[in-house]
Order: sequence, then structure tokens, then C-alpha cells
Amino acid sequence: AFFWLLSLLAASLLWFVSVQLSGREDAALLLLGAAAAVLLQELCRFACFKMLKKADEGLATLSEDGQSPISLQQMAYVSGLSFGIISGVFSIINILADSAGPGTVGIHGDSPYYFITSAFLTMALVLLHTFWGIIFFDACERRHAGGLGLVVGSHLLTSGLTFLNPWYEASLGPIFILTLCTGLWAFGTAGGSFRNVLKCLSCK
Amino acid sequence: MITFMNNSDSEEEPCNERTSLMSAESPPVPSYQDGLQASEAGEAQAHRKRRAGSSRGPNNITGGETSGSGVPVRESALENEEEELTLKYGAKHVIMLFVPVTLCMIVVVATIKSVRFYTEKNGQLIYTPFSEDTPSVGQRLLNSVLNTIVMISVIIVMTVFLVLLYKYRCYKFIHGWLILSSLMLLFLFTYIYLGEVLKTYNVAMDYPTLFIVIWNFGAVGMICIHWKGPLQLQQAYLIMISALMALVFIKYLPEWSAWVILGAISIYDLMAVLCPKGPLRMLVETAQERNEPIFPALIYSSAMMWTVGMAKPDTAARGPSQQTWDAAEDGREHLRSPSHAESQMSETRSPVPTRPVTSLEELEEEERGVKLGLGDFIFYSVLVGKAAATSSGDWNTTLACFVAILIGLCLTLLLLAVFKKALPALPISITFGLIFYFSTDNLVRPFMDTLASHQLYI
Repeated sequence: AFFWLLSLLAASLLWFVSVQLSGREDAALLLLGAAAAVLLQELCRFACFKMLKKADEGLATLSEDGQSPISLQQMAYVSGLSFGIISGVFSIINILADSAGPGTVGIHGDSPYYFITSAFLTMALVLLHTFWGIIFFDACERRHAGGLGLVVGSHLLTSGLTFLNPWYEASLGPIFILTLCTGLWAFGTAGGSFRNVLKCLSCK
Repeated sequence: MITFMNNSDSEEEPCNERTSLMSAESPPVPSYQDGLQASEAGEAQAHRKRRAGSSRGPNNITGGETSGSGVPVRESALENEEEELTLKYGAKHVIMLFVPVTLCMIVVVATIKSVRFYTEKNGQLIYTPFSEDTPSVGQRLLNSVLNTIVMISVIIVMTVFLVLLYKYRCYKFIHGWLILSSLMLLFLFTYIYLGEVLKTYNVAMDYPTLFIVIWNFGAVGMICIHWKGPLQLQQAYLIMISALMALVFIKYLPEWSAWVILGAISIYDLMAVLCPKGPLRMLVETAQERNEPIFPALIYSSAMMWTVGMAKPDTAARGPSQQTWDAAEDGREHLRSPSHAESQMSETRSPVPTRPVTSLEELEEEERGVKLGLGDFIFYSVLVGKAAATSSGDWNTTLACFVAILIGLCLTLLLLAVFKKALPALPISITFGLIFYFSTDNLVRPFMDTLASHQLYI
């Protein structure tokens, strides 16, 4: 979470400076700022990975049987989840606070579905961050550059799709499909498979 | 092996409790029971420790922690194992500290957001005599700096006073002082707080009910904190007291002064704990020499010290005194009297006789928790509360400060595990908190607001 905040800080700094320099607010600048934010987030995810890796090695050397008590996949999951949580919370908490107060949604001509689509989008984003975390760590561990590229690419794609709001069909639909696909991919990366699922369900 | 010692500077001002981790490795002297006591010579003990560490639950009921710090840490050949133990239990204790700090912050933020009393300006404490209502920015800055100087000097004076009292063994005075402080805190502030909350939610309560409620609350609180009580209840009371104190500070400190004071206090904390002549350090060392716990009622401890298996004949006699000592020790609290009461920092010093060296040969399972000074709680909550109050209603800033403080706490505890001596808990967290507050408020907020207004997600 801390790392995500750092990335957000850096991105905002960039955006702020660019706004000041250009003297006006612009959609293009926003696009730039958003793209920079995405890239910085991925960078921070990488930094998180490095740090966790080092901590993992330290724990492994100290432990009794040479293995660290937390597996890398667990760490990937936790880190992805925390990225997701803080990003989701940051995205939605002001909206939530406002929704508890008086007002009418979309009175100025915006979409009246603002709140609910925000909720769905945030949910998708949280899930996506978790999945990206798993895939990312796995790709870094195995030095699989394709995985890395796909994660970054899909993050950029998601963010770009949200720019199509309020054309919700175009943004929500693809984002959910992306979430599903990424989820399946992450599941596969983490070692799951159809057989595992069956086994788990039948072990009840 | 990490002993956590919290130095509490009780003064009328917010306590500067520092989290100090005392290393338990003073061979001749049992260390304070603060902190993790891990170094037990002998593998058996190490193993027992391991088992003990994980199953301390049921022993938490005794009031206060038993002062279990007497185990001299012996650098044995199992240092590696000890280190590993340290890290493992260190991580557990970090989590154990996260919960109360989070709870305290939640209480403060919830109150600030809902009860308007605490964000209204109704005067200032006498510790901040300069007003910030001046028209010019420079003048305002100057006033806030002067306010800070006044406050910090008050804190320094009180701390030195406390250290002198401790040195010259005026335990009764400190004891009485602390009791008076906690009395006022538990009764007066609770009364005000309850009144304001009831006003906000427009709930009527008659005076007899109010009297009964406050009387019970206060009486149980006094007993829990200064004497014996269930650990959870004691922890809950300490959290509530810290929250009340933090609310008072948020209300009565003018804006810029509050930020400058936060910064100045963390610097002072750093110096007072780490410099060889710093008052807190002297306090800690004196207490260690005398084998006494530091002030009771000024420290939050996350676990009970449970010393079992002392020499048999000793146990009976030592039991009760140890209990009182531990209870007192546990009940430390930082009491800062707000200015409108006379500042009476009561520092409770546990007047208990020095503990005999606890050489645990037998089954000495001590679950040492981590101790954090109440002043640290208070200042963390002040920072987050101020962020909630003055950040133009933005939750992102509050959250960012919250995460920053927790990360700072983590780092501090990590350093504690590495250095194994008393460390100040304020500087790192407060620095992170301040950085994040100012940057989030000014940089991130416009960015996120613009994104949110277009419903863009990053």
C-alpha cells in the first residue's frame, strides 16, 4: 500500500507540474498524467517485488529448515491485494462520502449511474490489481518478460478504457472481460487448474 | 530479545512516551520486562520460548504484566535462533501494535468527522499563548514557531522534573501526580466528550444516568490502569484515554502550531532518547539500574508478562508485590493535562521494590509484548485527526497519513529488532505522516479529484 501511495505521489507531482507549466487543465494532460501514473504504479510494484524478494531470502536463511515461512505466491497475492485495496479505496472513498450526503446524481447532465458504475469499476480494479500482482511476481521470478509486458499493457488498456466513460458499454464490458481473463490467467499461474478446482469441490 | 521500553514523559503536556526498546541484555541486571525477552540461555528455554510465544493467550488475564524482565540475556551460541525468534515474534508484535494504534486513530477520526465541537476554535491552551489570527503570513508563521518553542520548553522542563523526581526516588509524589492526572482525564474529559457526542446526535440523557455512567467508567478505568484488571480492558482504557487526549490537542492547538509542534516533538524525541545526556535515556538507564519498571500507567503493552517458575519460596512473597508492580507498570499512561486544568502530570512511578533478578531456570514463559508509550499513540492520533479535520474533508489524505504512520511504526519496530535498545517511536512515523499529509493534500488531491470527476481510473 505504501508503495502504491508513493507511486501515486510521484504521478501527482508530475501531473501537477505539467499543469502548472502549461497553464491550463487539459484532457491531454490528464491522459498523460494517467499514463504516467500507471507506469509508475508498475514500477513501484516492481520495487515491491524486489524488496519482498530480499526479505524472503532473509527469512529463509534465518529459518530452521531453510525455507521461508511465506511462499512467494502468498507474497504476490498479498502485495497485489494491498495495491488493489489502496487503489480502490482511494478511488471510491470520496464518492462514498459524498453519496451519504444530500444531492442528486447527474443533475448537471452527467450519467445518473455514476455511483453504481463507480462501484463496479472499483471492484474490477481491485480484482485486477490482485491478479496483476500474482502474474507480475511470477513473471519476475521466472524472468518471463512477456508476462511483464502483458501486465503493464493490460493495466494501460484498462486505464485507457475508463477514459471512455460515460460510454459505459464500451468501458465496463471490456474491463470485466479483461478481469475475468486476467483472473483465469493468474489462477493458472498460481498453479491451479481445472482438476484442482474439481478436487477442492469434491473434498467437501 | 527485544525489550520494549516506553519512556513516558509525563508532563502536563502530551506525553512524550517513546517507544524504547530496551535490550534485555544487561547480564547482571534483569532488564525491564519490556519487550520481548528472548534471550534465554539454553536451548530448552529457547524452545520453550517458542512454544510459549505462540500460546500466551490464556495468560493475559492477570492485571498488568508481570514484570518479567528479569531475564538476563545471555548471548549464547544460539544467537541465530534467538534472532530468528526475534524476527518471528517481532512480526507478531508489530501486528499486535497495529491494532491499538489503528483503533485509536479510528476513534479520533470518527469523532472529528461527526462531532463538530472538536473542530471549532474555542480558545487556546496556555501552552500556546500566541494567537494565529494575524493577518499576515509571516506573523502567523512566527507565532506558530513561538508557540512551538513554548510548548517544547514546557515539555522539556516537565521531563527533566520527572527524571529528577525519579532519580531522587520521590515515588509517592509521582504516584500521586499520575493518579490525579488520570482521574481528571477519565472523569472530566469523558464527561465533556460524552456531552458533545450526545449533543451531536440529539440524544437526551438525564443527569443521574450520566452520573452513573461516568462514575462507573471512571472508577473501572482507574482500577484497570493503576491496579489490576483484564489486559484487554486495560488496553481499551489506554486507547480511549489516548484518543481523548488527542482530541483535546486537536481542538486546542491552532493549525500551523500543531504541525510545527508535531515536527518539533519528533526531533525532541529523537534527541531525548538517543543522546547520552537526554532525559529519557537517563530515565531508562536509571530504571534499568534499579531493576524497576518505568512509570506505570504511561505505557501501552501488548502482552502480559507472565513469569512462572521463580524460585519456590520466592514466589509466594513475590507474587503479590510483583503483581502490583506489574499492574502499576502496565498502567502507565501519559497524562497530559490540558492547560485548562492545572498541569499536573502525574507520573506514576511504580514504587515497587526492585525486582529480584529473575533468573528463569525453570519454566519461565514470558510472553513479552511490545510496549509503546501512550504519548506515541496520542501524537499519531493527533496527526491523523488533524489531517481529517483540516484537509478540506478529504478522506484520501487521512488514509494516506494513516498508512504512512503504520509504515513508520513498522520501520521503527524493525529498527528495534536490529538495535535492541530504547528507540524513539515518533520521528519516523511523524516524518512520514507529515510528508504524506502535505503532499497528498496539495498534490494528490487535485489529481484524484480531476480523475474522479471524469470517472477515470488509474
